[in-house]
Amino acid sequence: MYHYLLRRLLMMIPLLIGITLISFTVIHLAPGEPTDMQTQMNPQASSDLQAKLHKQYGLDKPLHEQYFLWLGRLVKLDFGESFAQDNRPVLGKIAERLPVTILLNVLSLVVILTVALPLGVISAVRRNSFFDRATTVFVFIGFAMPSFWLALLLMDWLGLRLGVLPVSGLKSLGYEYMDLSGQLLDRISHLILPVFIAAIGGLAGFSRYMRSNMLDVIRQDYIMTARAKGLSERVVIYKHALRNALLPVITILGLSVPGLIGGSVIFETIFAIPGMGKLFYDGVMMRDYPLIMGILVIGAVLTLVGNLLADVSYALADPRIRNSK
Amino acid sequence: MMRISLLMILLLMACTPNDQPAGLEAPVDKTAAFGDTFIEGSIGDASTLLPILASDSASSEINGLVYSGLVRYDGDLKVVGELAESWEISADNLTITFHLRKGVKWHDGAPFTAADVLFTYQLYVDPETPTAYAESYLQVKKAETPDDYTFRVTYDQPYAPALMSWGFSVLPKHLLEGKKITESQLARHPIGTGPYRFVEWQGGEKIVLEANHDYFEGSPYIKRFVFRIIPDTSTQFLELQTGGLDFMSLSPLQYDRQTDTLAFKRLFNKYRYLAFGYTYLGYNLKRPMFQDRRVRQALTYAIDKQEIIDGVLLGYGQAATGPYKPDAWVYNAAVPRYAYNPDKARQLLAEAGWVDSDGDGILDKNGAPFQFTIVTNQGNDLRSKAGEIIQRRFREVGIDVQLRIIEWATFLKEFINPGNFDATILGWSGGPEPDQFEIWHSSKTGPRELNFIGYKNPEVDMLLEKGRRIFDQDKRKLIYDRFQQILAEDQPYTFLFVGEALPAVASRFYGIEPTAAGIRYNFTQWYVPQGLQKFSR
Repeated sequence: MYHYLLRRLLMMIPLLIGITLISFTVIHLAPGEPTDMQTQMNPQASSDLQAKLHKQYGLDKPLHEQYFLWLGRLVKLDFGESFAQDNRPVLGKIAERLPVTILLNVLSLVVILTVALPLGVISAVRRNSFFDRATTVFVFIGFAMPSFWLALLLMDWLGLRLGVLPVSGLKSLGYEYMDLSGQLLDRISHLILPVFIAAIGGLAGFSRYMRSNMLDVIRQDYIMTARAKGLSERVVIYKHALRNALLPVITILGLSVPGLIGGSVIFETIFAIPGMGKLFYDGVMMRDYPLIMGILVIGAVLTLVGNLLADVSYALADPRIRNSK
Repeated sequence: MMRISLLMILLLMACTPNDQPAGLEAPVDKTAAFGDTFIEGSIGDASTLLPILASDSASSEINGLVYSGLVRYDGDLKVVGELAESWEISADNLTITFHLRKGVKWHDGAPFTAADVLFTYQLYVDPETPTAYAESYLQVKKAETPDDYTFRVTYDQPYAPALMSWGFSVLPKHLLEGKKITESQLARHPIGTGPYRFVEWQGGEKIVLEANHDYFEGSPYIKRFVFRIIPDTSTQFLELQTGGLDFMSLSPLQYDRQTDTLAFKRLFNKYRYLAFGYTYLGYNLKRPMFQDRRVRQALTYAIDKQEIIDGVLLGYGQAATGPYKPDAWVYNAAVPRYAYNPDKARQLLAEAGWVDSDGDGILDKNGAPFQFTIVTNQGNDLRSKAGEIIQRRFREVGIDVQLRIIEWATFLKEFINPGNFDATILGWSGGPEPDQFEIWHSSKTGPRELNFIGYKNPEVDMLLEKGRRIFDQDKRKLIYDRFQQILAEDQPYTFLFVGEALPAVASRFYGIEPTAAGIRYNFTQWYVPQGLQKFSR
């Protein structure tokens, strides 16, 4: 087991370098330069500003040299400074946006799991019943609905007409003056709409997945055996079937780890939430190379770690896999 | 820099009050009172609060409140003193002497002196400073401080934009000296001399400023200024209606169709005024098909500008005839206007040799059909919609036009910089200063320069060189009148329209006096009467 872990961890290093090399090349292939944004189409900008900025950002060096300089800093966990006019460290910019993004993603994942898993199980157990069909229709409507449109409708109804929830943002203006419970309540009321909107699109995937897993398991011989032993349907489904059906969900959860730091541009724009999606999008639009690379590297690391976690926890949960190693 | 922040403020101004709310509420005491909070919505976050490095409008707006310049524009777009009490321009127009206010303090309590002004100037011309605004200051031959409250600059040649260039935000020498400007902490925590002092900046969320009671022109009335970043304008509009915002710039659609309710009129005042800036269709003059002036005139005749204004701006704009907006002092109303006339267009094209000889509905000349592509940038609906209307009108006179919409960075790199385009729809924003040297002078046609259409006219060159050397406004106007006349005859651009700024302000704010400069120029004089104040802290 430890050998396996060590080998997997070591394997991640060349993988990560490969990922950064490809990302670095691809973003530099995109036409346009960070300096164009600041100097072009501006009657006041003198022409040598371009050259000054080029030098400041090190863009005057050949591309492979830029890559190795960047990689050299990365080894020391230095992600460099953003090319945006603020010149702030990339890590600082990411750290500012990360907590909100993770909070929203974790909350919506929790909501998705608590709703989708039972939905999937019940749909499978009562296959082709009215409930099964109704939930199918419901989750696919949620999946297919443009989230920005639903968000605006809900903001208009709940925020403006009924006035029960705040329209956008993360906290109210007078937040600093509220007492602790007031602050908590304020936070929660601001999170309800975004979490709901983020979750509704994800219900379909998880509930369908759970449903088909469950159907597979119910058809197995050992379930028939359990029923033949005269166990109650409840024990058969929730003890014997569910445990086995949950196994593949672990894999999916592992794969969701990188998603926790990713945000959605549209969603964050609509709710005026300063998250990772908007940061990344703006970075790409400005060709802010260090910022783009920083986010990509963190995303790549989390993807690799997530895969590893999924494999390891799968082994922990399933003795068949554990013992075969 | 300050020019930009002023420009920004100017963009939010010059108005006619519109749809005044019905006065149903009980009479309240309307005298000016201190207090309350003003919340403004912005689609973008500021990038840096060091004005020397900033070039985006969000940063400029905050910087305009935190910092001050030596001079500024007042409500009538006249130059008035800010940190300078008075100034003299020498008889030869080469030397400007500023007499600075005494007793002005930086927000951290340090005294403001001429040394700060000199330092800021030196910072702008320092080759190590990556600023976009060095140009005006590089014209200065000598800058000196005879004493603590006098600042004198001397130029080689008279330079008309000189006076207003000293509207730049003066930076604190005692906090910046000897440090690398790009690493300064002031970019996140500005210290200025302006009417508002910086409180906090939560990235992507909001920037908060508070009234500076020691402001040298007297404390502003509104206690707190909150700049909320809400990237989506629909969300902004919902926030405005729920009271989460006190100010936003409305879109023509919102202004026209969505704010006509009684409730809205009771809570908000709407204003409209011509914005500085215009949208144009520019022709690449290196392309043979556009080198004939008659062709360009014909293209302008083929476009119905009013149709574009009605369709795209819902009527909230005016036809542009040149690079200046119709209510500017420099505007020449007597230039040729090219009213929509497709027959005239066809006739001019025929004179230039473009006729439909093969009967396919597309004009041709020497066997080549009249086909070209209009490029514009993604993300600007006004431009792409205008492009579609123009495309149809051109087709009607027998010109086959394609429209391509390209992401901004790619657009600059692949199309504009290498001159790899036929025609483009773009816009310029400007200000009260009429100097157009950078955009129209034939020396500015190099790569990355602003005369990217390659316009060359010796008389225009001469006028532009002369215009920036003359201080007298009436004499200057003669020069720029002629300049506009030539542009109108040459039609290197089809000048399309000047849009209107359409701000909505919560009706509890008093003291708003729309002028040629808009509404935001006297923000420090805005107030909320005691009984109407919404925020007590």
